[in-house]
Amino acid sequence: MKPVPPLSVADLTVAYDRVPAVHHLTGSFAPGSLTAIIGPNGAGKSTLLKAIAGLVPLSEGRIDGANGNIAYLPQLAEIDRSFPITVIDAVSLGLWREVGLFRAITGEHVKRARAALTAVGLGGFEGRQVGALSAGQLQRALFARLMLQDAGLILLDEPFAAVDERTSADLMQLVEGWHREGRTVIAVLHDLERVRESFPETLLMAREPVAWGATANVLTPENLRRARYVSDAWGDAA
Amino acid sequence: MIYDALIAPFVDYGFMRRALIACFALALGGGPIGTFLVLRRMSLMGDAMSHAILPGAAIGFLIAGLSLWTMSIGGLIAGLAVAFLAGIISRVTALREDASLAGFYLISLALGVLIVSTQGSNIDLLHVLFGTILSVTDDALILVASIATLSIVTLALIYRPLVIECFDPAFLRATTGGGTVWHFIFLVLVVVNLVAGFQALGTLMALGLMMLPAAAARFWAGAVWSLAALSTTLAFLSGFAGLLLSYNFNLPSGPSIILTAGLVYVASILLGTRDSVRTRYFPRAHFHD
Repeated sequence: MKPVPPLSVADLTVAYDRVPAVHHLTGSFAPGSLTAIIGPNGAGKSTLLKAIAGLVPLSEGRIDGANGNIAYLPQLAEIDRSFPITVIDAVSLGLWREVGLFRAITGEHVKRARAALTAVGLGGFEGRQVGALSAGQLQRALFARLMLQDAGLILLDEPFAAVDERTSADLMQLVEGWHREGRTVIAVLHDLERVRESFPETLLMAREPVAWGATANVLTPENLRRARYVSDAWGDAA
Repeated sequence: MIYDALIAPFVDYGFMRRALIACFALALGGGPIGTFLVLRRMSLMGDAMSHAILPGAAIGFLIAGLSLWTMSIGGLIAGLAVAFLAGIISRVTALREDASLAGFYLISLALGVLIVSTQGSNIDLLHVLFGTILSVTDDALILVASIATLSIVTLALIYRPLVIECFDPAFLRATTGGGTVWHFIFLVLVVVNLVAGFQALGTLMALGLMMLPAAAARFWAGAVWSLAALSTTLAFLSGFAGLLLSYNFNLPSGPSIILTAGLVYVASILLGTRDSVRTRYFPRAHFHD
């Protein structure tokens, strides 16, 4: 893994059809930090991740430190599950930055892919078709792919939304492992219990940042009430 | 007896050998490309594109008569123009790609029929629409073979991004910053192969040898490479059987070939080993641990 630069956003605004989804956000994610982004629906959480991943144009402001070394797990994967591909091949897509168009997938790569599958609890699933996986198993496979990407900055958009309790607990352990390895991890979540339990930092947003810092200081009743209020006010204006 | 029916026509007649080789070349290029068309749910877009070639070929015909090269280049330009226009319109406006493509190909097709029918005879129109695989010239063979070679090499070069773009387009965008370039390279390959096919089978049926074997293969094979290999094999066998039918029963060759491929397709729907009618209604017992 390459060293992780600090990630900072300065006066960031991202708008769809001139309606801002993220509005004048300023702040930074320290290298190796583990941050939860929470907020009501339509608060711009996913948009912020997409902006960091470079998938949406910025209307205003800047993002620094987000170049190349990023792994991004979207909320709704656009995966075609009827596509004929085996689990190990799908997971090996995570090697794209290393192998690109032409370089061979070596024995070493295959070993890493198998190790990643074992780590997510899918050992022995290498030769299965992706279409035969359950929703939880598919999410595990996507986590294995994230592992192979070996990125310094990992962006997760509601990674536990469609999976059962046991799967989300297993996947959370992987996230904590990445945190220990010094990777910067940013995850959009709705489960405040989980945030309190496992995420040291939290960004509470409602288009504008409501609070950003240590989780205990952010998740106060007062802040949560304000987030709802700001969101509703925007809803009326838009 | 078997020799007389299956082999002799190809030994005795040069035009039959040429037609068979043309089928082989078309199968080599069309098999893998048809496979990707099916996997990308672009079968009908392929159909639209094959019709879009017509006015270009017709204008080529106006300029130089029944000339292989001008008609091919004309068809290529028309096909690419429609593919690119449709792609661009769908990316800058709200219209989806299938709708914009349908719009352009209908204009293109009407224009093509108009040009051919006001400027040429009906025989010429039939020639362009249905092709003449039994009178494939050396030049046409070289063209078709070159296109097959080009297609296979290009597909090998863009294989990985193409597979990723089919399977998980969002991942390709997030990791490489775009999938549009691969999409367009693939569209170019589709058009080029349709131009190759229209020499032999005509604009109306060029897609048949690409699409039907690929759709049939879906009922037997379960990986991209085996789908491509099987659809190439089926396309070649359809060409072989179709030519023999055409020779022995004095039938037009293009429809014979496509109908043979169609027969293979229907048989696969009914009898295939994967998700066919047979496995749906006569399933084998499921596993008990």
